[in-house]
Amino acid sequence: MNYEMVLGLEVHVELATKTKIFCSCTTEFGGDPNTHCCEVCTGQPGALPVLNRKVVEYSVRAGLATGCSITQRCKFDRKNYFYPDLPKAYQISQLYLPICHDGGIEVETEDGGKKIIGIKEIHMEEDAGKLVHDPWEECSLVDYNRCGVPLIEIVSQPDFRSAHEVISYLERLKAILQFVGVSDCKMQEGSLRADVNLSVRPVGQKEFGTRTEMKNINSFKAIARAIAGESQRQIELLEEGKRVIQETRRWDDNKGASFAMRSKENAQDYKYFPDPDLTPVMISDEMIDEIRRTMPELPEPKKQRYVKEYGLPEYDASILTGSKYLVQLFEQTVALCGNPKEVSNWIMGDVMMLLKNSGKDAEELDLSPAGFASLITMVQKGSINRTVGKKVLAAMFSDKVDPEQYVRENGLEAVNDDAAIRKAVEEVLAQNEKSVTEYKSGKEKALQFLMGQSMRALRGKANPQTITAILHELLD
Amino acid sequence: MMITDELVGYLEELGKIRLDDGEKVQTKNDLQKILAYMDTLNELDTNGVEPMSHAFGNENVFREDEVQPSADRDLLLSNSERKKDGSYMVPRTFE
Repeated sequence: MNYEMVLGLEVHVELATKTKIFCSCTTEFGGDPNTHCCEVCTGQPGALPVLNRKVVEYSVRAGLATGCSITQRCKFDRKNYFYPDLPKAYQISQLYLPICHDGGIEVETEDGGKKIIGIKEIHMEEDAGKLVHDPWEECSLVDYNRCGVPLIEIVSQPDFRSAHEVISYLERLKAILQFVGVSDCKMQEGSLRADVNLSVRPVGQKEFGTRTEMKNINSFKAIARAIAGESQRQIELLEEGKRVIQETRRWDDNKGASFAMRSKENAQDYKYFPDPDLTPVMISDEMIDEIRRTMPELPEPKKQRYVKEYGLPEYDASILTGSKYLVQLFEQTVALCGNPKEVSNWIMGDVMMLLKNSGKDAEELDLSPAGFASLITMVQKGSINRTVGKKVLAAMFSDKVDPEQYVRENGLEAVNDDAAIRKAVEEVLAQNEKSVTEYKSGKEKALQFLMGQSMRALRGKANPQTITAILHELLD
Repeated sequence: MMITDELVGYLEELGKIRLDDGEKVQTKNDLQKILAYMDTLNELDTNGVEPMSHAFGNENVFREDEVQPSADRDLLLSNSERKKDGSYMVPRTFE
């Protein structure tokens, strides 16, 4: 039997505010345990929360950027559960009136088509603390530095039918949130975390199958593997005539399998009710207009502008606008040296390859636009040739060298002296009579060899077009 | 709604408390009385009344996004029975 999978995502994103959602403690990542904490975020008796204005602004921005409607009168609710990562024994969240609802993001399907994934809602909530197991004392140690860091939870509709769509959605969502500046979305620091709801059903069946939830998978690749693994597990259960049990499972990426979670999921009754410590939030039309007006350009319109204004190929424009960091490098470099097409080519070719070879993400890219612009300018002016340029870029990438200084110190300036090139080529021809004869008898390949020898004689620094021109002139 | 023995057991589990047999009976009776009181409240017609979520009736109480010094860690931890290396210590917890 053929099965199809049905997936929905809950994505938690840490907002890029300076302070926590209900107190003035810093949100900075790391720090010694419990040093970013106060009475409010450690839940001391009598401490009262006060909402951070920026959290509302960022949440509205995220909502507008994903096509959502804004709930202009919204409230906070308490989600009650006993677990030591939550000192108050409840999480302040939104159940009844989430701040944003009914949006959507366009994603790419497996066959290259497009489809809209619905966003059911976005709600504001506080993050929980971190538990570390202490192997010496058979106990857990609790660090509340992260407790109270503002989160938005973006809940999709169950619209996904493949891992490909899920990854496309996550990539676009991440790019959108980074572009509008509401989060840095660093998965390795946990500022973007995805829970995957997955069920399978025979193709053609209308009803959804029983779903399982996999929590906090920490990379796009791991998510793709988790989806493949879990859908396979469910299909095998159904094939054996067994049932899928609705439960929360933990994906172990090393073992390549998911395991049922014990803990807090056993007795789940959150007893939500409106939080009486916080006043309702009224979001005026003026505030929404102001946020809309100051919203940075989103990836999709930016992509279309790159194609139209700069004449970039659609594919290149979509890769560039897939990352805020690539866009920053591109736009700041173009501002310095012009020539957007050339800058784009360098990024699409060499920069992407350097990133790939070093296993880095675009957000870890540490290339100064000033240095990058001066490198591109040197190549454009012919003061170094393209091959040398690639080497200089690699050195900039790995050792942060200044390109002009590097070229000077390593004697890499292009030989633009035609007489010197001509002399070198003449010597090569004199030393390689056999190849010259071969070329003249019609072996085109011999020219490549002579070209290579000439370039070698010039220590790789001449403009290849100049050598080719001189070779043709002398031989033809 | 009736408070059953099963429901009391479930609430015990949720509240992470253990009740002895006498307390179970007591709790069952108390909760039943509380629900009866709720039934009385429910007789009031509240159609068209906005649910109250805050006693003061004000809204948009905000704080600016400016970092203030956090509390002294030793002071915070002084309320905790068990601590180690600047962390609260709790019974071993999974996941």
